[in-house]
Amino acid sequence: MTGRKILMDFEITATSHSLDDYRARGGYEALAKALRTMKPREVTQEIVDSGLQGRGGAAFPAGRKWQGIDPDDGQPHYLIANADEGEPGTFKDRWVLEYTPHTLLESMLLSCYALGVRHCFVYIRGEYDVPWRRLDAAVEEAYAAGYFGENILGSDFSCDLFVFRGAGAYVCGEASSLLGSIEGTRAFPRNRPPRMTVRGLYQAPTVVNNVETLSTIAWILRNGAKAFREVGTEKSPGTRLISISGHIARPGVYEVELGYSWARFLHEDCGGVLDGRPLKAVIPGGISSQVLTGKDAKVLTAGEVEGLTLDHEKLRSAGSSLGSGGMIVIAEGTCMVRLLQIMLRFYHHESCGQCTPCREGTGWMHRIIDRIVAGDGRSEDLERLNYIAGFNDGTTICGLGDAAGYAATAMLANFRDEFEYFIEHRRSKFAGNLE
Amino acid sequence: MKHLIPEFERLKTRLPPNHDATLLVPCLRRIQEDRGFIDDSDIDGLGEYLGIPRIQIEEVLSFYGMLRRKPIGRWHLQVCRNVSCSMRGAERLIDQLVGKLGVQPGETTSDGRFTLSTVECLGSCGTAPVVMVNEAYHENLSAADLDALLERLD
Repeated sequence: MTGRKILMDFEITATSHSLDDYRARGGYEALAKALRTMKPREVTQEIVDSGLQGRGGAAFPAGRKWQGIDPDDGQPHYLIANADEGEPGTFKDRWVLEYTPHTLLESMLLSCYALGVRHCFVYIRGEYDVPWRRLDAAVEEAYAAGYFGENILGSDFSCDLFVFRGAGAYVCGEASSLLGSIEGTRAFPRNRPPRMTVRGLYQAPTVVNNVETLSTIAWILRNGAKAFREVGTEKSPGTRLISISGHIARPGVYEVELGYSWARFLHEDCGGVLDGRPLKAVIPGGISSQVLTGKDAKVLTAGEVEGLTLDHEKLRSAGSSLGSGGMIVIAEGTCMVRLLQIMLRFYHHESCGQCTPCREGTGWMHRIIDRIVAGDGRSEDLERLNYIAGFNDGTTICGLGDAAGYAATAMLANFRDEFEYFIEHRRSKFAGNLE
Repeated sequence: MKHLIPEFERLKTRLPPNHDATLLVPCLRRIQEDRGFIDDSDIDGLGEYLGIPRIQIEEVLSFYGMLRRKPIGRWHLQVCRNVSCSMRGAERLIDQLVGKLGVQPGETTSDGRFTLSTVECLGSCGTAPVVMVNEAYHENLSAADLDALLERLD
């Protein structure tokens, strides 16, 4: 068992995603109570007090983001749930959408009430079909039951929700770029300042939160900020949904109480490395750790994993991050050169092309790693990769180019001998094996 | 696309007023679902309906990977080739499909039955490897599963 539960606190059945089942487990009670007894600012204060941090990658305090909006300033505000889950290794929000979509919807209603939002959106990645069908059905159920629309539950509060399906662009997971998508343009990330809570969707104050972050709100309002703080650690309250994949015996989505032992999670809860092979490395939170400012994207070696606990502060001090919660386990015998090739190809493919260092740099790194894998690597290639990563770092609007650079520098720092071997012998030390 | 306009009008009811451009991507998706691709006439019709210049629609079409200007095969096989899927056999699935269909990724079989593509992470890492066939995910695919799947697609 991986500690106390907030989102996975029910049994999955054929109907557990339905409105009736959600209500049977206390669903929409927090909304009814908040509309009856709380002022919008009191809802925000509860989230501030809870210490909830964003679950999309950056771990920014959710309440502090919300405080950037004045619910009474008389202008329109928007809330967007970021369900553009595209970070390689990450499939946790899909779990929420498929198995408890009403948790997201109730949480969004509470958030809209707190922020003075009349129209909200879910931005769901274009490829997600079953998650979209489940979400769409839940939205219709909620409308029919009077949870959306005019004068919700007899109050003065009115709110509409539009489910916006993306059309295949990884960069839309970056909060400011999905604004462009909703506005009917190319999805280019935007410079900050101004922050999105000052000027976001349609130039109006906007909050973009990750699906998992938002879905925690209903629990916090139902049980109180104090109860939430009792789960997890002092600096990282609550739980995280961890999606684990790669060379692991029992891949899937797990809810882990923050502060839980990493070694225990890996070796006991997830059944250990596939086929009992030795552990080589772990990518802790999606290959970029996050799309936005993938500053901490880093591969951890087997030795580093053993003593760690799963929380934001411990991983940060280890030079990495829980990121998007997308954990990829890598067994001994895997070729890290080929793995980096896949990553650099990905960043090159997904660069939106707006900023020159990323547009040119990701392509340049991709060509170098392809050359190494083809057996034509040159002795100066490794230094060149580090050099390109260096000029990408911090010179672009979003973190995609940074993340590509960090992936390269982290792999080179930890597994340099494999790269040197590949260049010198013109072949992989592990026969190019990925499986 | 004109016959879809009543459907587009219904979408507006849950949007804030005076932001019709928000419907651009949803409308393009719907048109593609209907016709299989986006035709020149769709761009003209949609531009007129939403009040958006043609160049903006072309920019959007060339930006998003799922939108296309040309028809493809009846069955679109999209194989994820990102980290987790490659670690669980995706590259072997791609080789199997290339061998069996006689086309490279990005190409369509001459009978118009299959189009083969490789894609980046589909969020199926825990059930890797995954092949997306039109809208449906087929997960945890073995070589035998893939052969059986192809048999079912006519």
